[in-house]
Amino acid sequence: MDLSLAPNAIAMSAQEFLAWSKGVMDQLLTASGAKKAVDKITAPIWSWALRNANYPLHFGVACCALEMAAASGSRFDAERLGMIYRSSPRQTDVLLINGWVTAKLRPDLRRLYEQMAEPRWVVAMGECAISGGPWYDSYNVVQGVDTFIPVDIYIPGCPVRPEAMIDGFMKLHKKIHKETKGTFLED
Amino acid sequence: MAQRAGLAAGGKTGEIVAMELIDRFPEYVKITKVTHNRVFAVVDKVGLLNVAKFMKDALDFDHITAVSGVDWLEEKKMWAVYHITSYSNRVTAEMIVELPRDKPEVDSVTPLWGGANWHERETYDMFGIIFIGHPRLERILTPEGTDYFPYRKDFVGGRRV
Amino acid sequence: MAEMWLNMGPQHPMTHGLWNLRVKIDGETIIQAEPIIGYLHRGWEKLAENRMYPQIIPMADRLCYGSSMSWSHLYCSTVENMLELEVPERAKYIRTIVLEAQRIGSHLMWLAALGTDLGSYTIFLYCVRERELFLDLMQNLCGARLTYNYTRIGGVRNDVPANFERDFTRVLKVFEKRLAMVEALCDESAVFRMRMEDVGKLTAEQAKNLGVTGPNLRGSGVEYDIRKEDPYEAYSDVDFDVCYEKGCDAFARYRVRVDEMYESCKIIRQAIKKIPQGPYRVKPPRTAPKGKAGWAHVEDPRGEGFMYVIGNGDDHPYRLKVRSPVFVSVSAAPAYLVGYKIADVPAIMGSIDMCLGETDR
Repeated sequence: MDLSLAPNAIAMSAQEFLAWSKGVMDQLLTASGAKKAVDKITAPIWSWALRNANYPLHFGVACCALEMAAASGSRFDAERLGMIYRSSPRQTDVLLINGWVTAKLRPDLRRLYEQMAEPRWVVAMGECAISGGPWYDSYNVVQGVDTFIPVDIYIPGCPVRPEAMIDGFMKLHKKIHKETKGTFLED
Repeated sequence: MAQRAGLAAGGKTGEIVAMELIDRFPEYVKITKVTHNRVFAVVDKVGLLNVAKFMKDALDFDHITAVSGVDWLEEKKMWAVYHITSYSNRVTAEMIVELPRDKPEVDSVTPLWGGANWHERETYDMFGIIFIGHPRLERILTPEGTDYFPYRKDFVGGRRV
Repeated sequence: MAEMWLNMGPQHPMTHGLWNLRVKIDGETIIQAEPIIGYLHRGWEKLAENRMYPQIIPMADRLCYGSSMSWSHLYCSTVENMLELEVPERAKYIRTIVLEAQRIGSHLMWLAALGTDLGSYTIFLYCVRERELFLDLMQNLCGARLTYNYTRIGGVRNDVPANFERDFTRVLKVFEKRLAMVEALCDESAVFRMRMEDVGKLTAEQAKNLGVTGPNLRGSGVEYDIRKEDPYEAYSDVDFDVCYEKGCDAFARYRVRVDEMYESCKIIRQAIKKIPQGPYRVKPPRTAPKGKAGWAHVEDPRGEGFMYVIGNGDDHPYRLKVRSPVFVSVSAAPAYLVGYKIADVPAIMGSIDMCLGETDR
């Protein structure tokens, strides 16, 4: 909307007036650089909050799940990084797939992924989730979780040591920090 | 501490079990090897249920360890292999039943030992061996809608899923 | 009252491993139960036909990852039975020690998972901490924490490290004190006892007929342990009791496993003193004749594990069949569950100790 319509403001309906004034405010904020400033301030705050409270889904598939459980024990302690496991996918940020995915599980896993609210990330833990692993030539195992779900972090290992899993989550933190945008989500 | 003897009071060794089986079913059972706690036999398909009932009632074989299948593609036959254990006699018997490959059907032993239920379902799922009299012969491990029998020798895996 | 089918799984905090338990409930009471498995089926037995005999050992580790040493040992025993190979005495004793250490580790993981099911995070933390002691011992021995790839056909992969006896003795001394603490935490907790006693009853006759083996059978009063009845490795040379309870309920199965941990400590102490000198491995033949079969059964921490192999004339097996104890325990789930309340399901299924990797294969 442009300011030239200002004289006609009094003749607009309520909805038209709201839309026009919002457009004018947007233009003003972008032109003066206020939007960019707010983005620059809020992006680090949002990324700090998001990355330090990564709630993974309580979902153990196979062997790597035991190392995931060991990582939440007292020796490796994933909880100091903010990883609290949640049982419902609606309340989680990270989908941690730690085992081989079979043809029977694939639609259910896709549904779990779609039930998670944005922002969400997917971590493929272990060889089986990355590429099918030792079962690459099986008739029932999907060769890699990234064939039907977009994956953010791949953690190699068979099984993944708990230290490696925590290192993978550190890399996820870096990724979140780089990719988080501010309130106005531009640039 | 004295090691518990391999014979319970009044228990039967493998040799005694084998002798009793041959005495009772000379036309169905053929013993291939016997030791003091193992019996290896080949059982005719027709007499399987009677032999199994005799083993359970008279010889105290109360635990079925496994039911498996083997596919002999070239010889055009399939085996159903039963491993049955007796707790009181400490004897394990292996019984092999030969089936024709184009019509692999055999009586189910689920009415005798409930533990055979899922073993027979799995053997059906993987090989296509039909167990007559099974309460619920359905696929158990492969997803619904699978139209092949994976462990048969003419099924070649390795395709992209 | 309204009856409905409820899906517990495949993604459920209660299920240890990936399976679906469909229960038909009338209000809160379970009137029918139907376990659905197959979410982890990879066709293990078919894959084994495409691998050489030594290549199957790490695959066997991943059958039941909670007690992986037990399964790779079972596979090696099966092939040794087929090839009629005699394992040297030193290897037998080493295998016995690591098998019992694996039994303790597996039971600790079970208790940790049971604690989480019942809502007690403390039990989980204590058991995982004790388990780390044993994982460190295994790491000193063979380099891995979870899937060891340590037994070989004909013996074990390498000899024990220098401070083997000292490390084991130290760990066992600390562990027995801490196990007494964890045991007291559970036994003297009114909530734990209320949730576990008088639920999931399975009589001895039912258990024997349904093919249930291992601690689940011994919790129903049947005194049968394959380590005593059909000894393998060095079990005939060590002194230990068969742990069984007459309670038939979930609490009895819990008691059996805790007692087994104490007995395992006893076995390890005796075996460590008695290890003979000698070779730790013999070289097996590379191929097996076509049609030659062998089988072996062992007392896996979860029950009776059994494998059956048929040779192919070359260095691949023709058929390798795996009998998993949890496959049968899960199939007996309706017998355990019918008549109890929905809130009892985690306690009952937790007391059965399931590992779905070996169920689905």
